[in-house]
Amino acid sequence: MAHDVQNQMRTKTEFEYTRRRSADEMRGQVTTFAIMIFLTLIAFTAVYADFSPNLVVPIILLLAVIQVIMQLYYFMHMSHKGHENAKFFLFSGAFVAFLTVLTFVTIIWW
Amino acid sequence: MSSIAQKKGFGATLWDYLTTVDHKKIAILYLVTGGFFFIVGGIEAMLIRIQLAKPDNDFVSAGLYNEIITMHGTTMIFLAAMPLIFAFMNAVVPLQIGARDVAFPFLNSLGFWMFFFGGIFLNLSWFLGGAPDAGWTSYASLSLASPGHGIDFYALGLQISGGGTLIAGINFLVTIINMRAPGMTYMRMPLFTWSTFVASALILFAFPPLTVGLFLMIFDRMFDANFFDHTMGGNTVIWEHLFWIFGHPEVYILILPMFGVFSEIFATFSRKRLFGYSAMVFATVLIGFLGFMVWAHHMFTTGLGATANAIFAVATMAIAVPTGVKIFNWLLTMWGGSIKFTTAMLYAVAFIPMFVIGGVTGVMQASAPLDYQLHDSYFIVAHFHYVIVGGTVLGLLAGLHFYWPLMFNTMLDETLGKITFWLFLIGFNLTFFIQHFLGLLGMPRRVFTYGADQGWDLFNLISSFGAIFMAVAVTILLINIVKTIAQNKAVGRDPWGDGRTLEWAIPQPVPFYNFKQTPLVRGLDTFWIEKQEGNKEGMTYAEPVGDIHMPHNSFIPFVMAFGLFVGAFGALYNGEQAWAVPVLILGLLITFLSMGTRSLKDDLGYHIHKEDLMDKKGGKH
Repeated sequence: MAHDVQNQMRTKTEFEYTRRRSADEMRGQVTTFAIMIFLTLIAFTAVYADFSPNLVVPIILLLAVIQVIMQLYYFMHMSHKGHENAKFFLFSGAFVAFLTVLTFVTIIWW
Repeated sequence: MSSIAQKKGFGATLWDYLTTVDHKKIAILYLVTGGFFFIVGGIEAMLIRIQLAKPDNDFVSAGLYNEIITMHGTTMIFLAAMPLIFAFMNAVVPLQIGARDVAFPFLNSLGFWMFFFGGIFLNLSWFLGGAPDAGWTSYASLSLASPGHGIDFYALGLQISGGGTLIAGINFLVTIINMRAPGMTYMRMPLFTWSTFVASALILFAFPPLTVGLFLMIFDRMFDANFFDHTMGGNTVIWEHLFWIFGHPEVYILILPMFGVFSEIFATFSRKRLFGYSAMVFATVLIGFLGFMVWAHHMFTTGLGATANAIFAVATMAIAVPTGVKIFNWLLTMWGGSIKFTTAMLYAVAFIPMFVIGGVTGVMQASAPLDYQLHDSYFIVAHFHYVIVGGTVLGLLAGLHFYWPLMFNTMLDETLGKITFWLFLIGFNLTFFIQHFLGLLGMPRRVFTYGADQGWDLFNLISSFGAIFMAVAVTILLINIVKTIAQNKAVGRDPWGDGRTLEWAIPQPVPFYNFKQTPLVRGLDTFWIEKQEGNKEGMTYAEPVGDIHMPHNSFIPFVMAFGLFVGAFGALYNGEQAWAVPVLILGLLITFLSMGTRSLKDDLGYHIHKEDLMDKKGGKH
């Protein structure tokens, strides 16, 4: 707010460091992307192979959860520093939602 | 622009308040509106007690009585307690964490106006064919059968004001996470800020289920859906679950900020650091978490089955542990302190036994087998009035006396305040303590009258008699407020002399930009630390004086909320009046056009320049 605008020159080491970090991150994203396509293929195959719904539904749900977590961590940068609050609230929210669904499934509809 | 009282015409002042985005003025708006609805709800309470004062009374009819109890509960929870809590949050939290405003000043204003129009809409039901009459819980099997438009007013009004509450809750979360002054780590935040933080998180997670439930209700009643109709494959218990998944955290939203206020008051007037600060923080967070795992204890007799009842009974009893931690910490804060019995401190001291009574009866009801006996009796009424009046209302009254100097730079009369306190405390106990026994004698709640041969006459008469004390107490409080405003005697900075936290370090009246320089927080109770070290300024600064970026006032939030208000009438009369659909479209159009204006027209705010801050007027023109 009250601070003057400052320009900083980056040293060569700093530059190298950020470059390596970006490259690492890029690799992580591409790997995740590949894994996610693979998971989708598994889900698709499970349905296409005509397994029993009792097997297919839990598998798809499990794969979906894994994919959501990967999305959050690698594409939405939750693995980075400074996202602790977001993480905390996301997981609390997910927990409350899970509890609600669990109750509905077990108490009302079962 | 300035928060100091300048000579201004009535029109200009009104326009200023209609368009303000300043958290201090929004706090006053919340206080006035919440106070108004508190009086309305209080009048409804008096009507209830008049009706029940003697057996076979015909003061009001059975139908009207149902409307009164429904509106009493709904008004007190949603339109009185919530906004009054937001009044203190707005007035105090930004100052307490060293921020110049909340994170989203525009949204802050929008949240208030949505609450305002939702509340007005709900209360207009009295004049437009009858108020809602299915209780504040509005259980679906009852409310779907309710004729007239009462329930529609309930669902639409709460939807609008609930949206405002959600906006306000998110705003405080972002503010507390992002806008703390340098050095204000989480474990240096004053307890009121902590409890606001946890309560806002509860709002974030609890209000969406209510929104969903209300939408299902609106669809069922207005557009012939069948979510709750078992003959069409729906399930009426779904409403009960959705309502209580919201409803139980809601009562913690009401009490947690008051725990915060009491913590501040105990520390200030015992002139001691709060005992067990970290345990207090932990207990607050734990209560917040547990609050989401206990809602089914409101539904023990619905027929959930023994397993579910047992799980929720144990979870409910677990809440007594962190609450007990808090009670003991408050007692130990006072222990050995140099206590000063101001009005606020009296309320705080009285709160402990009152809340413990409510807590003990709560644990009794948590035991599912006993709850089968207590369920739907006056014992329940006594219990929740002990926690809500003995906790939240005492907290609001304490907070009113404690924070009044911060908000208005004047001090409420202490003598009148103490008279109010004693009358209120005596009246409250007369009214509600005896209701435990009415419940044990078998009097069911929500009955509009009872027979002379049932043995409930005397206790009901005593209860009604107590209500008069509370009414007199509130009247004296109003006189006190009018007197204080009329005298308008400025008290200046740190009026209690023992302020510990940052809000008391700001010069009075608080400048509209709050802090000329952002403060540097050097520990818990930062103002106290500075005072101990003889710092006359009251704070250490984290930055040199510089330009301050401020938001412009805006009329758009008012228009946005007004559009929803208009649209709600269209939804309400859908299928009955030819003008219903056009009005619905018109209302939504108003809202979306104002949203469009807000999005497309850049409003980058303005700067108060360094030179203006340096001169004596401190940026005021």
